[in-house]
Amino acid sequence: MEKYYTLEIPKTDRIPKLVAHLYAKMPEIESARARLITESYKETEALPVIMRRAKAFEHILDNIPIIIRENELIVGSTTIAPRGCQTYPEFSYKWLEEEFETVATRKADPFYIADQTKRELLEADAYWEGKTTSELATSLMAEETRKAIDHNIFTPGNYFYNGVGHVTVQYDKVLAVGYEGIIAQVEEELAKCDPGDRDYCTRSQFLQAVLISCRAVIRYALRYAELAEKEAAGCADGARKKELLQIASNCRRVPAKGATGFYEACQSFWFVQQLLQIESSGHSISPGRFDQYMYPYYKKDLEEGRLTREFAQELLDCIWVKLNDLNKCRDAASAEGFAGYSLFQNLIVGGQDRDGNDVTNDLSFMCITASKHVFLPQPSLSIRVWNKTPHALMLKAADLTRTGIGLPAYYNDEVIIPSLLNMGLTMEDAREYNIIGCVEPQKAGKTEGWHDAAFYNMCRPLELVFSNGYDKGEKISIETGRVEDMATFEEFYDAYKKQMNYNISLLVNADNAIDVAHATRCPLPFLSCMVDDCIKRGKTVQEGGAVYNFTGPQGFGIANMADSLYAIKKLVFEEKKVTLAEYKRALAMNYGQGFDEISAAEIATQIVREMEATGMKVDESQIAAMIATVMDTELPAEEKQKYEALRAMIDEVPKFGNDIEEVDMFARDVAYTYTRPLLHYQNPRGGQFQAGLYPVSANVPLGAQTGATPDGRLAHTPVADGVSPSAGKDVHGPTAAANSVSKLDHGIASNGTLFNQKFHPTALSGEKGLENFVALIRSYFDQKGSHMQFNVVDRETLLDAQKHPEKYAHLVVRVAGYSALFTTLSKSLQDDIIRRTEQGF
Amino acid sequence: MDYLQTKGRIFDIQRYSIHDGRGIRTICFLKGCVLRCKWCCNPESQEYAVQEMTVRGKTRVIGQDVTVAEVMETVEKDRPYYNRSGGGLTLSGGESLCQPEFARDLLRAAKAAGINTAMESMACAKWEVIGQILPYLDHYLMDIKHMNSAKHKAYTGKGNELMLENAGKIAAFRQTKLSIRVPVIPTFNDSIEEIRDIAVFADKLPGVEDIYLLPYHRLGQDKYEGLGRMYELPDILPPEPEHMQMLKKVVEANSKLRCQIGG
Repeated sequence: MEKYYTLEIPKTDRIPKLVAHLYAKMPEIESARARLITESYKETEALPVIMRRAKAFEHILDNIPIIIRENELIVGSTTIAPRGCQTYPEFSYKWLEEEFETVATRKADPFYIADQTKRELLEADAYWEGKTTSELATSLMAEETRKAIDHNIFTPGNYFYNGVGHVTVQYDKVLAVGYEGIIAQVEEELAKCDPGDRDYCTRSQFLQAVLISCRAVIRYALRYAELAEKEAAGCADGARKKELLQIASNCRRVPAKGATGFYEACQSFWFVQQLLQIESSGHSISPGRFDQYMYPYYKKDLEEGRLTREFAQELLDCIWVKLNDLNKCRDAASAEGFAGYSLFQNLIVGGQDRDGNDVTNDLSFMCITASKHVFLPQPSLSIRVWNKTPHALMLKAADLTRTGIGLPAYYNDEVIIPSLLNMGLTMEDAREYNIIGCVEPQKAGKTEGWHDAAFYNMCRPLELVFSNGYDKGEKISIETGRVEDMATFEEFYDAYKKQMNYNISLLVNADNAIDVAHATRCPLPFLSCMVDDCIKRGKTVQEGGAVYNFTGPQGFGIANMADSLYAIKKLVFEEKKVTLAEYKRALAMNYGQGFDEISAAEIATQIVREMEATGMKVDESQIAAMIATVMDTELPAEEKQKYEALRAMIDEVPKFGNDIEEVDMFARDVAYTYTRPLLHYQNPRGGQFQAGLYPVSANVPLGAQTGATPDGRLAHTPVADGVSPSAGKDVHGPTAAANSVSKLDHGIASNGTLFNQKFHPTALSGEKGLENFVALIRSYFDQKGSHMQFNVVDRETLLDAQKHPEKYAHLVVRVAGYSALFTTLSKSLQDDIIRRTEQGF
Repeated sequence: MDYLQTKGRIFDIQRYSIHDGRGIRTICFLKGCVLRCKWCCNPESQEYAVQEMTVRGKTRVIGQDVTVAEVMETVEKDRPYYNRSGGGLTLSGGESLCQPEFARDLLRAAKAAGINTAMESMACAKWEVIGQILPYLDHYLMDIKHMNSAKHKAYTGKGNELMLENAGKIAAFRQTKLSIRVPVIPTFNDSIEEIRDIAVFADKLPGVEDIYLLPYHRLGQDKYEGLGRMYELPDILPPEPEHMQMLKKVVEANSKLRCQIGG
């Protein structure tokens, strides 16, 4: 018999109906949670915070409106409106009030909000003034840290405004023993508490808070059982009636008790997944190794003839749809950084067990099929790749990649496991890792990883080198000397490292302040009862209850900094073609390409500061006039030519991403300026900082906060994505780019690295295309790359490339005996390619 | 190791080539060709002389003299990809046989380094030239464009006798895998009869198992203008997918060959 079943199981008619229902309308903001938590908080002011959290959670679950959507087999919806979202005023709320009028019309992730909802939110929010985690965090930060944030050196906005999320809990435990099992365990721990114990107060309060939370969850499921029974009674359609009664029966059993079969396991999983996201607004609540913990239930049912593969697939598909039912409204700036309504619920298949055996099973394949059937962004499907990953699973994954959905992401066990060992995990735990959110590895049910702690813009400290610590006329960092006086590259690079180190210390301060704020104001008893060793230690994950504790802020702009520093090394210090003073002026003048409104405002601010410093008063109209003047300023032709000549020179300097040993090894060293210093810092939970190198989609908005860089990049254009080369700078194809990227030290960036590649569909066509594609991934991983994901370009992308060739300079179109960079072709031939693309594979 | 110093003239090295032989390959394009196919998508390959070509308004020098060792430095960079995919080095052109010593020594260097070799060629050269290359060649991707010598001459500048004769000899050598590739060019060879005749010929070659039908494309058209030349087939369109499928059926009905559309 085959070790696993690899054939594709067909999709049922139910799935497109569920998807259509979900996407019929713009998602909507609802007020129920905000109202309920506020009601509860008003009545619990005398209680310890942990108890207030539990009672609020209970009050929400007992009263929040519930709904069973048409055709659903798995139930549990956080909002009445499909894909709606609740709000979480305990973390922050002001931004939403400020965006009430624009949230429905903004470009990134709009949400509808009814006038009635606005009024209800305003009423609830009023209670939270001064009580949020974000306000406490601000007051905990050093003044220079707040300044650095104001000046966009880094942004810890994600956890500043929201819950933390970024966790994988013990789904397996809930599936096995249910919340009644957890309650029994907690009661046992409570019985051991002696009022004379040093930590009796906090421990016993925490354990009681867990009991309240678990009981609330059981009651919440029972509400669904009752609703299903009620709907069944009024249902004329016999088939649906049967389904509803089955739903009722499931919800009566789970998640209170252990699941007796696969269907119950699916429903139990879903309640955990959904309710974690009612307790807190943190995203990246990741299902993790779903194919592993669900498999025993699937296997048993299948063997005992209680389940068909077709029905199992339909249930998986239903869960995949439900994962897209959950939603979150972020502030406008964050929405751009996380564009696509994504909750980054990462679900990973394949890999090895704690003893190092491959664990691919039927469900690994069926999970990939589910993503193909449902064809929605959630879950963020991932696959673990190691030397013993079956080729069939790789081909199955590649077949999904070529649909253009951008899934799955591929992860390399051979790099990630050693890097986790290096961070103190045991071998067994490291082998069982899964991915959180985008690319962050951790051991499920034991880790509070704070994986997405901040975005740190590596380009900004270089700007501070040129400005000697000033930004917009204000001193915001240390002084590292005038660049005009720097005589060697070492001196210059050293100044960069000093600016990096100083700002990294402020980044740590920002994260730790937010960390303390969460522990103080929003400890999470429900989540904590599913993470070891909270129950034993008698405290939440926010207070250090987890076995493994990390903080992982992301650095980005590696490629820009590598190319920038290398260009300075070559042009200024080795070839002496330009001085640092000239470079500085060229950057300030945006290489003569004119100023946009942001630059003009920055320049005006600087002038105003200088004027005010001498005692002069400046009013609004003068500032506006100044901005207009700056924007209209036309540089003398001679000066403009000089900058253009400089940019042409920079263009000739070799760039990261082209498999040039010297440049790539230089980039490796530049990445260390971020990854190494971070390892020296500790967080308040008793854990260590660790670096990630990935930007989600923040490279665009944060690039907009960055001036011109010495690699020739113009002001406010996007910076490079993850560890990928700068857009359009890698011109020797995917193998050269992958070789360059693999030369970075991925092992030290133990919070994950992200490498994106774009392919034209011709590269993946046919069986041979898939084989070669798999070989490409394998070869990158042989060279110790950590992560890879792919966009297969579609017609729209190519149309965009016709309009913005500079963004797509690396896009190669290949046919036998011929290949060309798409952007170098004439319009009519590009149209030929676009037609070819539509013919697909 | 003198052969590593052999010099030759190339106009491009392209990595991650996946439609020219097995696996992920690096193609080295040798400059100079014996034929002048009217549809040629690499017209800058035809002249041996170093040329200038205008690409998007910029003048580029086409043609560079390099040693075998220099080419191998680039070829070596993708060794991990060859290992995983069964790929390697492919020589293309032009017609590689126009630079026999360089082609031979490049292939020899690759074999010595344990790298799989392939060559795209019309086999339009004296047998002695081909014979000394074959020991270093794993896969011969041979173009057969037409069975009618007069029509062949009209569209490519030369009759097909020598090439067809060489095809038989290469096949008889048996140490090198031989596959046949047919550029399918509307108005030249895209009829049922023309493709059938090629398939029947190829089927008789001992050891030949695969035939590739490569649909005409005009992606090289810009280059003619860049070289200051006229494109002689401005009015033909790439064949429709349905037509290609039909031709594939013709091949399969008239031979035992595996037929694939595209490289």
